[in-house]
Amino acid sequence: MLSHELSANQIKEKIIKREITAQEVIEELFEWINLKEPLIKAYLCLDRDGAFLKAKEVDKKLDNGDKVGLLAGVPVALKDNICTVDIKTTCASKILEDFIPPYDAFVVKRIKEEDAIIIGKTNLDEFAMGSSNENSAFHVTRNPWNTDCIPGGSGGGSAAAVTADTVFMALGSDTGGSVRQPSAFCGNVGCKPTYGRVSRYGLVAFASSLDQIGSVTKDVYDAALLLQVVSGHDGFDSTSATVGVPDYISDINNVDGNLKIGVPKEFFGEGLNSEVGSAVMNALEIYKKNGAELIDLSLPHCGYAVATYYIIATAEASSNLARYDGVRYGHRSQLSEDNIIDMYSRVRAEGFGSEVKRRILLGNYVLSSGFYEDYYLKASKVRNLIRNDFEDAFKKVDCIISPTCPTPAFRIGEKITDPLQMYLSDIYTIPANLVGIPGISVPCGFTNTGLPIGMQILGKHFDERKILKVAKLFENGTDFHLKKPELN
Amino acid sequence: MKYEVVMGLETHAELDTESKLFCGCSTKFGSEPNTQTCPVCLGLPGVLPVMNKKAFEHSLKAALSLSCEISEFTNFDRKSYYYPDLPKNYQTSQNYFNIGNNGYVDIVVKGKEKRIDIHNVHLEEEAGKLVHPETSGANYSLVDFNRAGVPLLEIVTQPDMRSVEEVESYMQTLRNILLYIGVSDCKMQEGSLRFEASISLREEGSNVLGNRVEIKNLNSMKAVLKVIAYEISRQSSLLDKGEDVLMETRLWDDVDSVSRRMRSKEEAHDYRYFPEPDLVPVWIDQEWIDETRTTIPELPVSKRQRFVNEYTISDYDAGILTDDKLLADYFEECVGLSQDSPKELSNWIINDVLRELNERKTNVQDFIVSPKMLVDLVKIKPAIGSSIAKDVFVEMINTGKTAPSIVKEKSLTQMGDVSELNDIVAKVIDENPKAAEDYGKGKKSALTFLIGQTMKVTKGKANPKILTEIFKEKLSAGSK
Repeated sequence: MLSHELSANQIKEKIIKREITAQEVIEELFEWINLKEPLIKAYLCLDRDGAFLKAKEVDKKLDNGDKVGLLAGVPVALKDNICTVDIKTTCASKILEDFIPPYDAFVVKRIKEEDAIIIGKTNLDEFAMGSSNENSAFHVTRNPWNTDCIPGGSGGGSAAAVTADTVFMALGSDTGGSVRQPSAFCGNVGCKPTYGRVSRYGLVAFASSLDQIGSVTKDVYDAALLLQVVSGHDGFDSTSATVGVPDYISDINNVDGNLKIGVPKEFFGEGLNSEVGSAVMNALEIYKKNGAELIDLSLPHCGYAVATYYIIATAEASSNLARYDGVRYGHRSQLSEDNIIDMYSRVRAEGFGSEVKRRILLGNYVLSSGFYEDYYLKASKVRNLIRNDFEDAFKKVDCIISPTCPTPAFRIGEKITDPLQMYLSDIYTIPANLVGIPGISVPCGFTNTGLPIGMQILGKHFDERKILKVAKLFENGTDFHLKKPELN
Repeated sequence: MKYEVVMGLETHAELDTESKLFCGCSTKFGSEPNTQTCPVCLGLPGVLPVMNKKAFEHSLKAALSLSCEISEFTNFDRKSYYYPDLPKNYQTSQNYFNIGNNGYVDIVVKGKEKRIDIHNVHLEEEAGKLVHPETSGANYSLVDFNRAGVPLLEIVTQPDMRSVEEVESYMQTLRNILLYIGVSDCKMQEGSLRFEASISLREEGSNVLGNRVEIKNLNSMKAVLKVIAYEISRQSSLLDKGEDVLMETRLWDDVDSVSRRMRSKEEAHDYRYFPEPDLVPVWIDQEWIDETRTTIPELPVSKRQRFVNEYTISDYDAGILTDDKLLADYFEECVGLSQDSPKELSNWIINDVLRELNERKTNVQDFIVSPKMLVDLVKIKPAIGSSIAKDVFVEMINTGKTAPSIVKEKSLTQMGDVSELNDIVAKVIDENPKAAEDYGKGKKSALTFLIGQTMKVTKGKANPKILTEIFKEKLSAGSK
């Protein structure tokens, strides 16, 4: 097996055992990237020099017999909305095309401390707004399973890179499904932890009350490993939780007691692709065979989740994106400016793409005087109702299982002219963001045409440990996660 | 036509904290531009705010001092508008759940007390500062973000003020309270205390409010008073002509002393307030309120009342003494050392100490004459007389010596021995027969001359009261 085909944990073990040096891993990885990246275009920027520098440092530590971190020598990619000191962070937007942050995000500091090697920054829909990667201002990333298809969004770059083995693991952000949906479309494991579990400091904000940093990995064990590193309280994020972080890794194979799995009817209704539906039903049967109890549930307010989400997310986005005005950094128009309003208009007209503009307009509309009560405030109330639905459900079950997305990956261009259809692609992932609970997507099958299908496991607040275990239980009995696309 | 003027005031006070509201940057005034900034207060992508606890506590203290109802649940909101001095193009402020609501400030105007209602007190962040180049035709402006993110307390009144005097008294009372509780240095020349006024006129006796004009950019109390006078005359002349006063926001131009239209009602900002998702709500429990209350000192209005009752000084004098907490403390320290003469101590402080402080542009804390020294001077005064006491006071300031030691050094104790003075007076009358004669003819000023002559002989040590008596007696006896 070639080194890049291994999981993150496997390559780390090999490096620690000195079976391969971190520098050799980087060398082989970049050879593979040179071959496959032109087909996939997962990256916006690669940091070859930085990677070698860090690899050398890790090897030296091992030479000296020094202690190394939990991610020693593991190549990691970062979605390009996570700030990295001295490396451009563009959010796939023209407005930040040349922006180099003067600071590292909390998660970047953490993985650096644990000796991970940052390979590069991956593509996304501009400012993480989109479900297909087609809203990137720079290029469209391809799905490694079928390069005519989208890899999902917004974190399509990270998912495609992990699937194409051009990196071992990646960090992304999940505001409405941006980690889980592309992971489902690309056949890898995507985990969105509880809101507040991982600091958002240094994640370029899209919708602050929904944004959560998450992991994209080749298997469940790697997800536990990466989450173990990035979870925990951060004094620079007021919304970061002070809840203690349990050990995700050591007893990941033990599901304690009788597992009760909730199956919500609202997630298996109209609009669900039949192949996806039956793959998830088959998965539920596997759980049943393993002794789990399946409990039918209703989450009656989830039907309003997408509408609620697009009010809250756009409202927050319109405000979060107001700072991109060309005054202090970022794009500045080459055209002459008569006054300050002129300057703002040109900077933002030229700098933002059409989906971002659409959401800023929507957000400003729902917050404007006279509409605030009808839209934002009402949406906040519905959000509470959805939260209540889940709280009630979790009194009866340990976790909830559903498809991650209603369909497998669609073709490039298929939905780009129909934003509402595009928005529905996140119908099953959005509730977890509104409620703030953790969710993980694991591969659970393939369509006739060979596209991966993802299953979503949702857990209680701060109960990542449980959903990782439930995911691992399934993974241990299946081999969907081991399948590799042919990349020619 | 006669109009009644209806006014309300919004006050912005920069809170006195070491670091900014949402980051660790220093709040020091007057540093090189953009040297007190970081990714957070520059609004770089990805940054998040973390609340400065001290700023919040200061706000709570202020809200309590202004007799506000304290909200159990407070939250922050984003106020959106575009301006180059605002890094995020929204200001984190409070709109839906302020720290304090429905408070009041009692003011005194022409001896009459009046209550000004406070609509709300809330905490927000300061903006940066635009610097416009002075060279003509320059096509740029500079921004200094040192001030961006400094904690700012906003205090909003109801439209309760009806005269320039009321507004002036309110501003002074409010400033005094903020200084007393130590939450702001209130330095207007550094922009720590700023005002926005709303002014409308209505026909006297009418219950309907007239169209309101809001005036921004008032960086001193003087400017507020000037703008009110200006607006009253501008608005009443419009109304006299039968024209409407437009509801609008105007800017005060301190150089030309005029207000100019900034934006009309139609152009007013829609701030699109919504709850700040990057901060968590703050719950204020009774324990926190009680704890904060214990840190609030006696406020100027009650101190003034107490001074009148306890020390039997006039309300006017009590007002001057309590106008400055340090001065009030100085006075009370003096009274503590010598209970028998509060009135005299108050006179000394108001007439002499204050004059010296003003001349020397210093505050009472740094004043060389300590309360103990002043009390000693007042105690020794009967022995040296008022006029010498004044000289000794000046000497004390110049040398830092105590009154008893100056008096001893210069042997300034007054001559009160009548027989000794009798001889001297007789001698002076002998030497100045013309003056003695003039006095006998009814020329009163002659007596002053004679006393002056006696003072010369005694080097000022004679007690002028006793002296006058002796002269009167001797001269009237002589004329008989």
